[in-house]
Amino acid sequence: MSASAVSQSAMSAFSTPVSPIFGRLTLESFPFHEPILVATFAVVALGGLVVFGALTYFRLWGYLWKEWFTSVDHKKIGIMYMVLGIIMLLRGFADAIMMRLQQALAFGGSDGYLPAHHYDQVFTAHGVIMIFFVAMPLVTGLMNYVVPLQIGARDVSFPFLNNFSFWMTVGGAILVMMSLFVGEFAKTGWLAYPPLSGISYSPDVGVDYYIWALQVAGVGTTLSGINLICTIVKMRAPGMTLMKMPIFTWTSLCTNALIVASFPILTAVLALLALDRYFGMNFFTNDFGGSPMLYVNLIWIWGHPEVYILILPAFGVFSEVASTFSGKRLFGYTSMVYATVVITILSYLVWLHHFFTMGSGASVNSFFGITTMIISIPTGAKIFNWLFTMYRGRIKFELPMMYTVAFMLTFVIGGMTGVLLAVPPADFVLHNSLFLIAHFHNVIIGGVVFGMFAGIAYWWPKAFGFKLDPFWGKMSFWFWVVGFYFAFMPLYVLGLMGVTRRLRVFDDPSLQIWFIIAAFGAFLILLGILSFLVQIAVSIKNREQLRDVTGDPWNGRTLEWATSSPPPDYNFAFTPVIHDGDAWWDMKQRGYKRPLEGFKPIHMPRNTPTGILLAACAVALGFALIWYIWWLAAVSFVALLGIAITHTFNYNRDFSIPAEDVIRAEDARTRVLAAQVTP
Amino acid sequence: MTIAVTSDSAAAPIFYEVDEHAHPDGGSTSLGFWIYLMSDCLIFAMLFATYGVLGGNYAAGPAPKDLFDLNLVALNTTMLLFSSITYGFAMLAMARGRIGQVQVWLAVTALFGLAFLSIELFEFAHMIHEGATPQRSAFLSAFFTLVGTHGLHVTFGLIWLVTLMVQVGQRGLIPANRRRLMCLSMFWHFLDVVWIGVFTFVYLMGMLR
Repeated sequence: MSASAVSQSAMSAFSTPVSPIFGRLTLESFPFHEPILVATFAVVALGGLVVFGALTYFRLWGYLWKEWFTSVDHKKIGIMYMVLGIIMLLRGFADAIMMRLQQALAFGGSDGYLPAHHYDQVFTAHGVIMIFFVAMPLVTGLMNYVVPLQIGARDVSFPFLNNFSFWMTVGGAILVMMSLFVGEFAKTGWLAYPPLSGISYSPDVGVDYYIWALQVAGVGTTLSGINLICTIVKMRAPGMTLMKMPIFTWTSLCTNALIVASFPILTAVLALLALDRYFGMNFFTNDFGGSPMLYVNLIWIWGHPEVYILILPAFGVFSEVASTFSGKRLFGYTSMVYATVVITILSYLVWLHHFFTMGSGASVNSFFGITTMIISIPTGAKIFNWLFTMYRGRIKFELPMMYTVAFMLTFVIGGMTGVLLAVPPADFVLHNSLFLIAHFHNVIIGGVVFGMFAGIAYWWPKAFGFKLDPFWGKMSFWFWVVGFYFAFMPLYVLGLMGVTRRLRVFDDPSLQIWFIIAAFGAFLILLGILSFLVQIAVSIKNREQLRDVTGDPWNGRTLEWATSSPPPDYNFAFTPVIHDGDAWWDMKQRGYKRPLEGFKPIHMPRNTPTGILLAACAVALGFALIWYIWWLAAVSFVALLGIAITHTFNYNRDFSIPAEDVIRAEDARTRVLAAQVTP
Repeated sequence: MTIAVTSDSAAAPIFYEVDEHAHPDGGSTSLGFWIYLMSDCLIFAMLFATYGVLGGNYAAGPAPKDLFDLNLVALNTTMLLFSSITYGFAMLAMARGRIGQVQVWLAVTALFGLAFLSIELFEFAHMIHEGATPQRSAFLSAFFTLVGTHGLHVTFGLIWLVTLMVQVGQRGLIPANRRRLMCLSMFWHFLDVVWIGVFTFVYLMGMLR
């Protein structure tokens, strides 16, 4: 782009031809000229066709629609979130291994195999997808599934809203995936800093895909945050005071408080960026008084709490796992709760450490440097709590426990490099270097990803009634852990040598070996992901051998293990009464007898297709705005409003599960349990 | 014998409720709506902060003193404050169970709200006509966005209010509708509070700059 084109006003975007019917969508928007994308599209289309054909052949569409897509059951929505997260992990990882390959190849005059505009989209998409559409759905899915069971509730506070939130998250993911084959994605890095993301320097659709995908998904995330806070505050079983809540529920409460207190900022700041881009306003532009650094501040006021949104539930998982597999009550429950709350509050006071180099001056930088370092104190307390939980415990090294130990070792390294980066003078050297990349992958993979895998392995038997295959689980574990160290330790070295992030080609041949080691690590992680998929397939195939009929395969401590696996729609036939923090452990110790009669009808929310319809309209609206198809934007917006209003005219949203159905389900469980005890 | 049974049952801890406790419909709605309002409040806080940072960046364009007509803004503020009072009257009528009165007060509230929006749009049109467009400077971008976001909220409040009038007409003051009226009431007063912030921070203090 010539200098004069760049200096043209923002309105120039409108002077490029915009068809009244197709907006700026033309045949050239489809990347036929990119062999990599055409091949990807072919694979995706073929895979999609196979899935579509299989679903049609086995007549599963009606089942999926009735039992899953329109379901307001928190357990099914939780599982759907996990499926979304795992599918998007494949996409996000494909981006990762492409980058590793590019950087390992592009030495000695070689340009690698990715052209610059493609490479820039790949690293942007990788970050966006991994945070918003892998980590977030996995975390939200786990909370959705587990929290109501842990607090003895039958569902969340607002079951319809829960379904709607899920589909909005899917809607955002669909928009990101669409950008792969229709137009292109942002080339700005995952936080789309202006002025690069402004209309002058990014006149194409990439940043618009970014904005609308995150806006659509963000609405879902905020609403699901409100929903889970209400659920935890209002729907705990009798006797469960705040300090008797399971620690995972505590971390979920804090995470959702963070979601509600930070995602509105993201929504607003992206809206301002959109106003700059669509109406030529001057919030973040270089001229007319705009301030790009304001954007950087605002997005990190969301962005820093976001990393704690991801890590806190993982801490919760590790707490549950450490206590269960050590056969001991969690060490220092109270300090764990306080540590969680302190981290929640402090996460708001550190955002500026992401840009010490902005030049705010020594006093501001010291303030944020110190608050950042202080966070390591409650986090360190947690590490000691887990260690003391294990101390003198009867540790069973099942897969979730292995991930917990790997987490503790790995996360401590990541935490220490984090404290290094919190020192402003050091950060001036390491800012935006590969050292930073290594640091946050160290805590996100070592913390969040290991936590999610631990959580999946831990609660899988609850969700499906059979354990995951241990052999392939261990394969996956070792590939992930070893792969992580191979992939990211070299980046620490490179970062200390001054290599910055997001580079596509390199001049210094002495660096290549480190990139080759990192690429090898990424390849090991690939094997880890494949082993995880094999693990699921093998476990489903061998589900009869892996079957658990007790509902309590790990000798668990919290309420979710009190009900059957998978739990019935209503979770608990009778509302549990809680006397102790480890409620189920207490019940087992004091001779709890499962009630066998006296079942009553149970009041439950009714399924509804409104959530998926609203999200479909939101996707259409986003797509229309991305491509300047104004008529479609108007139509889908009116439809969105119309469907939402129509939904409020439906006052009949509940039904009762008849007592006979409850009796049938409970009697079936009684027979299964009896058959297991007597043989 | 009786004593033995009693002491026995006292020793056995209760682990589940034989008789289900009551689950009032919409038991979490007030809390949920409060939290939503607070999240919305954060959006406004962020827009206020943006205005605070960019509000002095006129880029050699018009400044608040050149643009704001305090008399018009005072009139506008009155409209919105009155709409809050009349909404309060609607809630009092709801407490007494008078459907007719509720509808009348809601309609009056809607008219005040409409008047507020019309005056705001008139003000915007006037400014744009004078060349003070949202594109002109960062100050004006921040001004139009902050005030406009509030106006958009009032617009959605109006759509919601009309919807509720229809629903109250159809089903009367059933608990679900009372709950909805309560939520809209919180929303409406919330917008009032935000406007007082806008009036003070943007208009009054703008004239002092």
